[in-house]
Amino acid sequence: MSNLSSVAYLISSILFILSLRGLSHPTTARRGNFYGILGMTIAIITTVSNPGVLSYKEIAIAFIIGGLIGSVIAIRIQMTALPQLVAAFHSLVGLAAVFVAASAFYNPIAFNIGTPGNIPLGSLVEMAIGTAIGAVTFTGSIIAFGKLQGFVSGNPLVFKGQHLLNLLLGLGIIALIAKFCIDQNPEYFWMIVVASFLIGVLLIVPIGGADMPVIVSMLNSYSGWAAAGIGFTLSNNLLIITGALVGSSGAILSYIMCKGMNRSFLNVLLGGFGGEQAASATGVKDDRIAKQGNAADAAFMMKNSKTIIIVPGYGMAVAQAQHALREMGDLLKAAGAQVRYAIHPVAGRMPGHMNVLLAEANVPYDEVLELDEINRDFSQTDVAFVIGANDVTNPAAKTDKTSAIYGMPILDVENAGQVFFVKRGMASGYAGVQNELFFRDNTLMLFGDAKKVCEDIIKGLEN
Amino acid sequence: MSEISTQLELLSFKAQNLANHANQLANTVLEPSGGHSDFLIFGITVLVLACFVGYYVVWSVTPALHSPLMGVTNAISSVIIVGALLAAGPIDGTISKYFGLVAVGLAAVNIFGGFVVTNRMLSMFKKKS
Repeated sequence: MSNLSSVAYLISSILFILSLRGLSHPTTARRGNFYGILGMTIAIITTVSNPGVLSYKEIAIAFIIGGLIGSVIAIRIQMTALPQLVAAFHSLVGLAAVFVAASAFYNPIAFNIGTPGNIPLGSLVEMAIGTAIGAVTFTGSIIAFGKLQGFVSGNPLVFKGQHLLNLLLGLGIIALIAKFCIDQNPEYFWMIVVASFLIGVLLIVPIGGADMPVIVSMLNSYSGWAAAGIGFTLSNNLLIITGALVGSSGAILSYIMCKGMNRSFLNVLLGGFGGEQAASATGVKDDRIAKQGNAADAAFMMKNSKTIIIVPGYGMAVAQAQHALREMGDLLKAAGAQVRYAIHPVAGRMPGHMNVLLAEANVPYDEVLELDEINRDFSQTDVAFVIGANDVTNPAAKTDKTSAIYGMPILDVENAGQVFFVKRGMASGYAGVQNELFFRDNTLMLFGDAKKVCEDIIKGLEN
Repeated sequence: MSEISTQLELLSFKAQNLANHANQLANTVLEPSGGHSDFLIFGITVLVLACFVGYYVVWSVTPALHSPLMGVTNAISSVIIVGALLAAGPIDGTISKYFGLVAVGLAAVNIFGGFVVTNRMLSMFKKKS
């Protein structure tokens, strides 16, 4: 690598750091994205001008086809489907890492790491590890995509001896890597790939749909580590730096999500949480009756309120209710109320998902607040309007030590003067825990599709 | 006669020696050209420092923009295209070149997809008018 290209790669690395830095505030974020694009452009031009790169035409064709596919998907995707899009994109990074490693193994001369069958040990180890991480990222992301898209059941799939099988497979991969490094046999390379594909599937199937934010973040992290691994094979600092940035970003997001659920990362990874199994574990069923209201009542009461906090959850995304919700908010604001939105860290199916959906519906970002910023204000609020969220408002998390969600930070909606719950039915939330808020005196249930309920309230407000 | 055969033996021994020596020399030359023994420690240094940079930069990202953060990181992790381009570079028609081309295509999907979708998300974030 010449000095000039080293400098260019360094500039790329700095631009990538600045692109993440830009996301510290919505006003600088778009510039940040531009830095990212610039950094990538410099990296690609620098690499293409490498003397070893000669097949410009074929590269251009592959690049343009890929670029077109990516752009079209990104332009057409609905914002509610973002989590599965991100999962699908992660899988491609993983697969690309596997292909690059395979290519380096079959033609090490192009990467300046010895000759076929005579690759230095260090490179072999890095190559094998990069391949394994890439392969796990690939199949893991595909399963996550399937669960989010609904191709695969969102319920956790657990079977006996699952963890033992994973452990054995993990040890098997390590053994294969060792074998591969000793005799450089292509068979072992492909066995590593297949075993890693398998473990990627097995790691994600036991994890339930609502735990996907953690998993999507974790796979984001893996795709970074895969890039860093390839960086070692290529002796390229840009890949290592970028891989580390992405890797730590994904790890931090996973941590934030886990904390938002008061669960350890290991607990999420071991899976089996939520879904039908947990629902049956709740035991005591109560026959209390929740008060049921209708849209007209809600419209009347909210029209006469001064302060309103809206708490959106995944149910809002499923019903595509964000536009109707914003319209309702606008009417209430016009009637003189202060309307704000409270976002729980794990609302939705990926970090920050609710913020994007509300932004899409033209809700200004300064009306959308995080849990820490707004939680104290519920006690001075007339109406809390919970739409498509459940577990994140359950006070049992604060009081009931036996509850599955005990210790999870929650939005204190019960402190508001009046609570409205927009829900399709009385079913318990993901954690399978009954929400005692439904039976409180100041709670009114609004049953129905989230979007339909909002539209009915809008009609009520307009009258 | 016996003298010539001893000399011949000596010569072949010397040749063998020379060949061994050349081989050894080639190996020592090959090692730094791969740059590995040196690069590993250097690379780990860079990796660890970059993790620290990542840690502080990512904590400064506002939670409202965590989805765009995933979009951007997804796009930049496709910097793996650097490896893909090197693999696809040679004019020959070996299998490794085709692996490289596939990887170029996959990474390109991600680069364009990641940046475009992030831009779409960010363009929606507006302040109260």
